[in-house]
Amino acid sequence: MQTRFTNRFLPYLLLSPSVAIVVIFLVIPTIQSLYLSFFRISPFGDRKIYVGLSNFSKLFESEAYWNSLIITLIFALAVVAIGISLAVVLASFLNLKLRGMTTVRVLMIWTYAISPALAGTIWALMFDPSSGPLVYIVRQLFGVRLNWMMSGNIALVAIIIAASWKMLGYNIIFFLAGLQMIPDELLEAASIDGASPVRRFFRITLPLLSPTTFFLLIMNTLYAFFQVFGLIDVMTRGGPGDATEVLIYKLYRDGFVTMDTGYASAQSVVLFVFVAILTVLQFKYAERRVFYG
Amino acid sequence: MKKSTQRKIIVYLVVIIALIVIMFPIYYAITMSTLSLRQSYSYPPRFIPSVHAAQNYKTAWNTVNMGRLILNSSYISVVVSVAKISLSILAAFAFTYFGDFKGKFFFFGAILITHMLPLPVRIIPTYELMKAFDWVNSYRALTIPFFASATGTLLFRQLFLTVPTSLSDAARIDGAGPMRFLTSILIPLSRTNIGALFLIEFTYMWNEYLWPMIITNTPDMRVVQIGVKMLLASEAAAAEWNVIMAGTIIAMIPPLVILLVFQGTLLRGFALKEEK
Repeated sequence: MQTRFTNRFLPYLLLSPSVAIVVIFLVIPTIQSLYLSFFRISPFGDRKIYVGLSNFSKLFESEAYWNSLIITLIFALAVVAIGISLAVVLASFLNLKLRGMTTVRVLMIWTYAISPALAGTIWALMFDPSSGPLVYIVRQLFGVRLNWMMSGNIALVAIIIAASWKMLGYNIIFFLAGLQMIPDELLEAASIDGASPVRRFFRITLPLLSPTTFFLLIMNTLYAFFQVFGLIDVMTRGGPGDATEVLIYKLYRDGFVTMDTGYASAQSVVLFVFVAILTVLQFKYAERRVFYG
Repeated sequence: MKKSTQRKIIVYLVVIIALIVIMFPIYYAITMSTLSLRQSYSYPPRFIPSVHAAQNYKTAWNTVNMGRLILNSSYISVVVSVAKISLSILAAFAFTYFGDFKGKFFFFGAILITHMLPLPVRIIPTYELMKAFDWVNSYRALTIPFFASATGTLLFRQLFLTVPTSLSDAARIDGAGPMRFLTSILIPLSRTNIGALFLIEFTYMWNEYLWPMIITNTPDMRVVQIGVKMLLASEAAAAEWNVIMAGTIIAMIPPLVILLVFQGTLLRGFALKEEK
């Protein structure tokens, strides 16, 4: 415990700016989201009509919403699995004391600085149906013409690749920081005992990294749910059809394009439930860690 | 061949392949930004840079008024980073150096709850609030709602908890008040974390897309991310990829520079927080 300064008002004064921001811009609007989800805005936009839970029943009866939910889960699962597994392997290689690794490290973490929207722009070029390099390479190798503007599955794969690629830098940074915490002696001892590198990775490195892995699971899931809006907006806009319409994109469409406020608010509430579950998990299993986001 | 040499070769091979795969999109984006429109549509695609870079970057810059967009993005990113860091230092200081004042845990919870409320769960009411404040299309709307930081508060709190008690004892004996102690001892001690946090928050704000898109509606208030989208969308018939990529490269440079400057800090800043 730190020494105490005795001052009756100062701590409140110090806290007041943060607390004011949280209350005004975060807590109150969230409560309003919940409130609005019980209303429908009249056709002329001038009146709120109380409709009880009908926005929610409409939501869960909507095929489009279920579709969006399933796509989001597939997308999130893929992004999290690809991003984390690649990053942990690469980070453990980058952590080896070999010549040139420091330079390579910088090159590998730099996708961290790229925004989802810019990552989307670059991958839209890679997948350009007429002259994109990836489309060209696949055609040369397999004779297949990829067209992500026509095929929903290809579009989904494209946004998964773009989103995982963007997150790789972030994941590698955290795994590198986690790896620095593992004492070298531990791995050396195992090495002397004759454990192969692969065995050391699975038996020592991976278990010791599990707090980092868990933290990244949460952060990557949040990313896949919320941060990918720009990427989707730039690449597919939810299409073709509704093949890549993830929850956040659907929320934007219903809330700000078709202006169905109550219906969109109900979607916000569902998203809140997701985040709440994730947050509880996070605090339960990784309470001593700091979260970045 | 020795086993260890074999292993080294495997490691380097994997790393090099990974590096090529990770860097190729960037390489191709840069190459594309140097091609003429005709070259950009050649089939098979051209993988070697050409000489039209100046033209493309100029076009990208002028088409969406990039100077203004960069100014806006820089302004909001710096303001938000500085505000977040300052507010979280103040809050962390209150939480660590004033014992158990009344309501401490309530306030701590209130700040932590930020984590649970990402913008999408409150986006419509926040937008309505901006309308009520008459803040739509203003810098205030682009910055102030982002000022609270649970991350920063936790980070600084953890750091302050590891500061030796002897320092604050000495400060008290010397008659220095709490604010004096904060500014002349704690803040200088937090340099690494401030650097790491600046990198994180600057990048976060620079890359923000959804909120600026909703809350701004005139070209002079747009940010860089939206500018690139405008380049992408402005071509009616077919995308002018060479110009779009020029815009993309311009938009990614500032956070990249900051990452290069602070990347050491970032690793150390994170490593530090692990101590408990």
